[in-house]
Amino acid sequence: MHSWGGRAVLTDVFDALILLSNFVIIPVLTYGSQLALGALGITLIYGILRFANFAHGDLMAFGTMVTVLMTWWLQSIGVGLGPLPTALLALPVAIAITIVMVLFIDKSVFKFYRRKRSAPALFVIASIGVMFVLNGIVRFIIGPNDQRFSDGERFIIKARAFKQMTGLNEGLAIKVSQGLTISIAFLLVVALFWFLQRTRTGKAMRAYSDNEDLALLSGINPERVVMVTWIITATLATIAGTLYGLDKSFKPFTYFQLLLPLFAAAIVGGIGNPLGAILGGYVVAFSEVSITYAYKKFLKYLVPENWEPDGLVQFLSTDYKFAVSFIILVLVLLIRPTGILRGRVI
Amino acid sequence: MKKLLLPLTLLTAMTGSAMAAGNDVKVGVLLGFTGPIESLTPDMANSAELAFKEASDSSLLLGGKKIVPVRADSTCVDSAAATAAGERLISSEGVAAIYGADCSGVTGAVAKNVAVPNGVVMISPSATSPGLSTIKDNGFFFRTSPSDARQGQVLAAVLKSRGIKDVAVTYTNNDYGKGLADSFNNAFKAVGGKVSITAAHEDGKADYSAEVGALSAAGSKHLAVFGYLDQGGKGIIQASLDSGAFENFVLADGMIGDSLIKAIGKDLTGTVGTVPGGASKGAATYSDMAGKAGIKKDGPYVGESYDAGALIVLAMQAAGSADRAAIQSKIMMVANAPGEKIMPGEIAKGLKILAGGGDIDYVGATNVEFNEVGEVLGSFKEVEVKGGKFATIKIY
Repeated sequence: MHSWGGRAVLTDVFDALILLSNFVIIPVLTYGSQLALGALGITLIYGILRFANFAHGDLMAFGTMVTVLMTWWLQSIGVGLGPLPTALLALPVAIAITIVMVLFIDKSVFKFYRRKRSAPALFVIASIGVMFVLNGIVRFIIGPNDQRFSDGERFIIKARAFKQMTGLNEGLAIKVSQGLTISIAFLLVVALFWFLQRTRTGKAMRAYSDNEDLALLSGINPERVVMVTWIITATLATIAGTLYGLDKSFKPFTYFQLLLPLFAAAIVGGIGNPLGAILGGYVVAFSEVSITYAYKKFLKYLVPENWEPDGLVQFLSTDYKFAVSFIILVLVLLIRPTGILRGRVI
Repeated sequence: MKKLLLPLTLLTAMTGSAMAAGNDVKVGVLLGFTGPIESLTPDMANSAELAFKEASDSSLLLGGKKIVPVRADSTCVDSAAATAAGERLISSEGVAAIYGADCSGVTGAVAKNVAVPNGVVMISPSATSPGLSTIKDNGFFFRTSPSDARQGQVLAAVLKSRGIKDVAVTYTNNDYGKGLADSFNNAFKAVGGKVSITAAHEDGKADYSAEVGALSAAGSKHLAVFGYLDQGGKGIIQASLDSGAFENFVLADGMIGDSLIKAIGKDLTGTVGTVPGGASKGAATYSDMAGKAGIKKDGPYVGESYDAGALIVLAMQAAGSADRAAIQSKIMMVANAPGEKIMPGEIAKGLKILAGGGDIDYVGATNVEFNEVGEVLGSFKEVEVKGGKFATIKIY
């Protein structure tokens, strides 16, 4: 297959690039976007309410559960979006219900500690309690099993069609859910930054995050800032959870497990810094996927024939995916506790 | 009214237990009604209970006794939960024997921890790990499905006959998956095939694209999946098709089921696999019976389940009592030659012969014949996905 004729070398290079795009780059962009949206929620709560919200993974599960239930109902009455998943139609209602839920949680749990000006550790413990309650509610309503709710077209490009189109050996598959995730994440991030930089409320939030006392003195209503923060967090969590569920599958336990990569992402980027959360999401996703990918086939296209590696050229077995976020977390806390873009010291 | 309630309840409770002691014999039905093979177990349990009903309805069993099946959940994967369920069947329900369990890991755990120490016969319709051939069971553990050592050989022969020489193997990370992968790899190499990579996968993950990426890097065109159709196995196939990493699959018994075709769709066409079962006369008869009883005819392990149930009642009759040890002493006798051959649907005939002091050789739906450790050699079907279902190609 490998020769040093000009055209063959060129197709080999293309094949290698397509292979890498198919198994590393596109999955990383998708997974990274999902992590970024989730980590943004964590970082906003940390920046403004000043505690690490352990309930975030299960908040995503709650929002997604509402989306799933709404989607099933829409499907049962025959409403759909054609090639796009029906879940997009269900999303606004799910976001609204999740917002009501977080505001209720804030009023019944966190407000109490805020009024007493409790130490951040108390908030964290309270959030673990909230995590367990949300965990139980989700399992009680929808059960612990895998739920499928994606419909519409599955692919933007299918691997086989790509091969026929280009005549290459490797195919490139892009799923609708991947395209949606990347584009929705991009739009949301733009909207969020516009909101934080340009609007009065956004500026108030940033002022409150920078210096609470000064913000209070200049007449910012703290309860309003807190409420807006929760609303944004619930929106981001529901969208991130739904996109993750559409792309992979919805199972409450995997959302709970997402907590580790989410916190790793928020901390790597610099917790409390929204831009850092986004960067962190992609860094964690890229590390997880690229370290556990086997590069044998990729190298085979690029090196001369008899240099082919015997082994799989895989740094870590895929079973260690979660260990990767853990290692990143520990390394960052040891070497640069503020994260890549200066956030707060945790 | 209130005054009446307590005596009334007591009375019902007493008559209930009196009846159980007098005319009913309890038999445990221990299967994973929840967990990774929950889509298969209802048909399996119904098949075994069909055999129990046949015996009960004949009024010939131990002079007119009825079998009362008691269902318990083995979960398929959680050994502690399965052991607790087995414990409940044996100590509080007082079952005479246990039909089950299903998956190899939990079956071994229940046999070792509860059934064998208490001297209760266990007949599993579906535990296929080669490791179970050598457990210390004091003769109390039987299985009506063959060991995977055999399935591995058959699968290797199927691939050879189809000219498939190079496969990647992924297995679910437990006793069943590991045992099957080992036996297949050895058998496939022995017939001249090449296994480019063997990697385990964990069940219950949201996303298997990383696993599939590693598997495809080894360069094989075919992927052998030894997992579960409602779990990681399905995830692996879905991720393979999504990324275009593999289009051709080789499946073992845990992956064969209509729900897989329903979930994946027409991309599965051409997939080959093996599943225990044969074209014996008994299989056709049983298939008719199962169809009439509303049980999926081609479902995996339904014939084996019926046979396991039938063996329990026949051994009971041969022993002349529902005593646990007495049942154990007669299983081999009713299962193996010599004696009058008993086909599916002929349990009443068998009971009659045994009551008259005769000898039978139970053939059943799957040609049951136990070897010295109490397991069948069995026959396997080669199946291929054609026109949206698993079609039988050949019997091994």
